[in-house]
Amino acid sequence: MNWNAIKVIYISEMMRTWNTLAQSIASPVISTVLYFVVFGSAIGSRIESVGGVNGEGGVSYGAFIVPGLMMLSLLTQSISNASFGIYFPKFTGTIYELLSAPISFFEVVLGYVGAAATKSFIIGIIILGTAGSFVDLQIAHPFWMMAFFILTCVTFSLFGFIIGIWADSFEKLQLIPLLVITPLVFLGGSFYTIDMLPNIWQKISLFNPVLYLISGFRWSFFEVSDVGHHLSMAIVLLFLFICMGIIWWMFKTGYKLRQ
Amino acid sequence: MPTIVSIKNLCKTYSSGHQALKSINLDIEEGEIIALLGPNGAGKTTLISAICGIIKTTSGSVTVNGYDTVKQYRKSRGLIGLVPQELTLGAFEKVQSTLAFSRGLFGKKPNPEHIEQLLKDLSLWDKRDSVLMMLSGGMKRRVLIGKALAHEPRVLFLDEPTAGVDVELRKDMWKLVSKLRDSGVTIILTTHYIEEAEEIADRVGVINNGELLLVEDKTDLMNKLGSKQLNIELRAPVTEIPQSLSDYNLELSENGTHLTYTYDVKSNRTGITSLLQALNNAGLQLKDLHTSQSSLEEIFVNLVNNDQAQ
Ligand SMILES: Nc1ncnc2c1ncn2[C@@H]1O[C@H](COP(=O)(O)OP(=O)(O)O)[C@@H](O)[C@H]1O
Ligand SMILES: [Mg+2]
Repeated sequence: MNWNAIKVIYISEMMRTWNTLAQSIASPVISTVLYFVVFGSAIGSRIESVGGVNGEGGVSYGAFIVPGLMMLSLLTQSISNASFGIYFPKFTGTIYELLSAPISFFEVVLGYVGAAATKSFIIGIIILGTAGSFVDLQIAHPFWMMAFFILTCVTFSLFGFIIGIWADSFEKLQLIPLLVITPLVFLGGSFYTIDMLPNIWQKISLFNPVLYLISGFRWSFFEVSDVGHHLSMAIVLLFLFICMGIIWWMFKTGYKLRQ
Repeated sequence: MPTIVSIKNLCKTYSSGHQALKSINLDIEEGEIIALLGPNGAGKTTLISAICGIIKTTSGSVTVNGYDTVKQYRKSRGLIGLVPQELTLGAFEKVQSTLAFSRGLFGKKPNPEHIEQLLKDLSLWDKRDSVLMMLSGGMKRRVLIGKALAHEPRVLFLDEPTAGVDVELRKDMWKLVSKLRDSGVTIILTTHYIEEAEEIADRVGVINNGELLLVEDKTDLMNKLGSKQLNIELRAPVTEIPQSLSDYNLELSENGTHLTYTYDVKSNRTGITSLLQALNNAGLQLKDLHTSQSSLEEIFVNLVNNDQAQ
């Protein structure tokens, strides 16, 4: 293993965040706080607690949306950080250096995805802390919560890396996060449980993989969920393995990196 | 001298179907400076990219210090430094940290003293904390050279290093290149400027249309392929070349005082002795004689023209 290479890639990617701290960390935090103020406090105060029986033993709406908000940020941040991280060298041409260095594709992935996942993790922690200052948060299953948290950061950073390699324009880079991920997160029960939906939409929602993610994550906080948390974990792992499979295939074929 | 880079039957066909390299064979000796000379689109960058691992090869093989560039890429690439043709640099990094990044990428432990020395050699020390995108083109070129040397490579590829570079940087660069050569680094540079090859290289390879037409010691090449010219200055001008000299390849200058005789250095007989005799017989008196040799430029143009005619 070329550890020195992994280290410099990781550090330079982290430095990139540091240099653009405002946009890398502050903006997701600010937007989360805005969601929180609008949905959690303004609208939430008019909504009775969610997930309990007849309003008893449920979770306040403000707290209820925290896991969903975190997921929204984790997904979009992981994807945009990792995809931009590898797309930018392709765009400027500095990718030549990665290709001519004594470094394997696996090590490149480790450096870029590791850094992107770390950034998302930090953002997640900050959002959690911010949210904790608005509402009373309890984490029923800290181990599961961390598992969902970390796996989401890693999986979607891998997914972002794949997008970054695939994309050959800035439009394509934005395409999937904008057209696929954001709708899936919003429709995946960030702000509601699916039993609030009409029957037909409940059925359709079950095809949304992000629903499982949010449901499992929320369960680890409040033990309130749309689907079983084991099923949620299985879906996250499945997506992780699919991403690793695609990365492995890209590695084998030199997809879009080496002509 | 042992061979450091060995290229065997190397072919590259791009996915567009364009055959950019047609079975290249070349052995590069340790410590030499070899210039690959060829017009735009000849395949120079493709050849370098194939050796460095930037593109996949279609067939054939390359070894660097005996290490196969595909199967033992970690060892082979670790020995190579590459200065690309384009000014491809990141935007927001700083000069010093981008050199340290390159060194790490090639698996070497940090060595701030080496980076400092490099920056000084490249007159970049004052700019060490400058952001890359703020640098001028010449400065960027220096940074690229610094990045390529950050991991102390034994083989350095310079792809058109002086394209769009000012005189001062060119001089600095050749100084650095000789210094590197003295320290045992093998240097492969590509260029379409013949003077450049003439100025600095030990050997010259001529590449055109994806084919390596020849590789020769620079002086041998000029001797072997060049035609020489004998300039004859006459004491008294003549209006035309005397009939008795029509067998010789002679040209008369406009004012009638100079005759130029062109002959092929490859042939055994230059015909100079008999020409002098004939001049004498024709009653022409000589004031002065000197020879000049064709430059690499002319050799090159001849070669490429022949190649295209075939
Ligand atoms: N990525 C590519 N896809 C298809 N053809 C290419 C590609 N890169 C270069 N070529 C073609 O290969 C030939 C050699 O190019 P190159 O190696 O860049 O030449 P040089 O460096 O000698 O100017 C040219 O005809 C060029 O158009
Ligand atoms: Mg070129």
